[in-house]
Amino acid sequence: MALQDVSQDVGQPKVAIFNDPKIRGWVYQILLLAVIVYLVVVGVQNMFANLAAQNIASGFGFMGRNAGFAISQSLLPYDQAASSYGKVYMVGLLNTVSIAFIGVILATVFGFVIGIARLSNNFVVRSVATVYVEVFRNIPLLLHIFIWYFGVLRLLPHPRDSADLGLLGLLNNRGWFAPKPIPQELFFLTGAAFVIGIVVMLGISNWSRKRQMETGQQFPVFLTGMGLIFGLPFLVFVFTGLPLIFEYPVAGGFRPKGGMTIIPEFMALLLALSTYTAAFIAEIVRAGILAVDKGQTEASHALGLRNGPTLRLVVIPQAMRVIIPPLTSQYLNLTKNSSLAVAIAYPDLVSVFGGTALNQTGQAVEILGMTMLTYLGISLLTSAFMNWYNARVALVER
Amino acid sequence: MTRKILSAIVGTAVLGLSAGTVSAATLDDVKAKGSVQCGVSQGLPGFSNADQDGNWTGLDVDFCRAVAAAVFGDASKVKYTPLSAKERFTALQSGDVDVLSRNTTWTMSRDTALGLNFSVVNYYDGQGFMVRKDMNINSALNLSGASICTNTGTTTELNVADYFRANKMEYELVAFEKADEVVAAYDAGRCDVYTTDQSGLYAQRLKLTDPGAHIVLPEIISKEPLGPVVRQGDDQWLNIIKWTHFAMLNAEELGVTSANVDEMKNGDNPSIKRLLGTEGEFGGAIGISNEWAYNVIKEVGNYAETFNRNVGPDTPLAISRGVNALWSNGGLQYGAPVR
Repeated sequence: MALQDVSQDVGQPKVAIFNDPKIRGWVYQILLLAVIVYLVVVGVQNMFANLAAQNIASGFGFMGRNAGFAISQSLLPYDQAASSYGKVYMVGLLNTVSIAFIGVILATVFGFVIGIARLSNNFVVRSVATVYVEVFRNIPLLLHIFIWYFGVLRLLPHPRDSADLGLLGLLNNRGWFAPKPIPQELFFLTGAAFVIGIVVMLGISNWSRKRQMETGQQFPVFLTGMGLIFGLPFLVFVFTGLPLIFEYPVAGGFRPKGGMTIIPEFMALLLALSTYTAAFIAEIVRAGILAVDKGQTEASHALGLRNGPTLRLVVIPQAMRVIIPPLTSQYLNLTKNSSLAVAIAYPDLVSVFGGTALNQTGQAVEILGMTMLTYLGISLLTSAFMNWYNARVALVER
Repeated sequence: MTRKILSAIVGTAVLGLSAGTVSAATLDDVKAKGSVQCGVSQGLPGFSNADQDGNWTGLDVDFCRAVAAAVFGDASKVKYTPLSAKERFTALQSGDVDVLSRNTTWTMSRDTALGLNFSVVNYYDGQGFMVRKDMNINSALNLSGASICTNTGTTTELNVADYFRANKMEYELVAFEKADEVVAAYDAGRCDVYTTDQSGLYAQRLKLTDPGAHIVLPEIISKEPLGPVVRQGDDQWLNIIKWTHFAMLNAEELGVTSANVDEMKNGDNPSIKRLLGTEGEFGGAIGISNEWAYNVIKEVGNYAETFNRNVGPDTPLAISRGVNALWSNGGLQYGAPVR
């Protein structure tokens, strides 16, 4: 500190403003910014002038207009007679987000299992995992989607002779007609018990960590947690008199009636995206684990930790630091690849909004702009979350 | 440094100004390029379909060839751009194609809001339904609850919605981007019904594993006037497109065919003389050779010839003339006179 003070006292020689590197830097930055802003403004103005000159309608007035076409899967109440293009956008967005979210979870689970299997000491397990990775990684995703879609469609029976899955409903080439849970009056108590279980569990794990730090005594956090999160709601569920009934689909007509439908496009796309991305995640996981020096394991063994705790407490936390950044980009890939849905009629954002809505309104600039910004938004949110998580597990240097 | 930045700004300004609208005179562009860039479908037998060697045939393709014959006197001076339903209008707006001849339905919103002009109707169509024979369905009114496959970005999606709503029926819509995938999904049993323009149903039926096992239901639920489209604001090019079609209709009406056009040229009928350019200066008025119609008929044929060659009763599609007959035979095709 003292040294710095001295240097400031001496002061710098006076220089002309034009030669001051700080001011020069600012001037260049501002000029660059001005050029960029100018380019964007000119580009946008040029676009609107040309649209007007060619008599092409522009603006966002279409968003409130009635869409008037049907969508095969909607998580929102969507009525083709009354819903607007704004609603179409929301339906498409939710369909994209739902496939991406479930896809990311499945791909992560598959990927971790296969990645660890790649390092197995068992020859068969290791070879199967290697073949999986090589086969899935080296075939284009669009082909995966077509194989799952047309392959699965051809195997599934016609609705007239649907496969009866018993408690799981009916399966045919119109989709999986699952029983629809209909919560009764007291069901909210079960939900509340679940939330309470999680909160209490978090408290206990904090407390036990603290106690272990101080006294070295351990507490069976995992078992208690499972009991609280699943056991408590189950007890509440039983004592409130099983307040949940299932509406079963009934075969008949063109398609089974009742229940809830999971369309084959959703299943095919989900399977294709998650199995394909899992192959990449497996390689990332393998690389992450191999990146942890063997000395770490040996040191941990020397300290008396058994294999389980060594993996859980020493290897995986260090491997995660290597795994997470590339894992984030796989999540982003999966989300963006979900737009291939358009090939198999899954009603995602690109298909219903960037496809049908674009064609009915003809407003390509607005609709494609919105679609692009939406994907950008989803991707930025995903990577913001992953960066936050990465910061949490990153090596804290002392 | 300052000079560099200045030149960058000037450069972008010039760029911004020069990236103006697509040139208004399409005919000049076409002549300069030496060929007509024609937007067609990605494969619809009878209308625009490429064979294994990349040779395009079909009613819509013949129209492109007729335009090339009118402009250049050579029907082969056409380049084809296969477009999906979704891409077609943007491709025309941006100038990627000079004319869109791709079984496109003429609707008011398309004609007014897209900066495009529909010219003529070279095929009067209507939307229909195709189902499997073994379902024993003989009317579209029995389709409540059915799964329906179609293309995205077409008028068919809206027509189905209207029809089912009007008849208080339910349905599930499965919309694909490409026609080939619609066919594959319908063939694989994903849908009970395939809906598109009736001509398209006859054409796509040929691609199914067992075409004989499917029937087209009698109902037509919409008006689908199909025809070539051009950009707005170029009346000369619009006239060339219009009159190419009218010339083919007039030729049929006057009995002029590709086989007898040379003979007819030396006849006495003034209508034929005006059409074939031995009397009057009609071609010059739209900026092309006076023999434009002669070339169209000589190289491509009259309307009846292209209809029968591509979709008529002797082709696999086996579509009868129906409403596409000449007005003098009770149909809707009516060529304005060359006079």
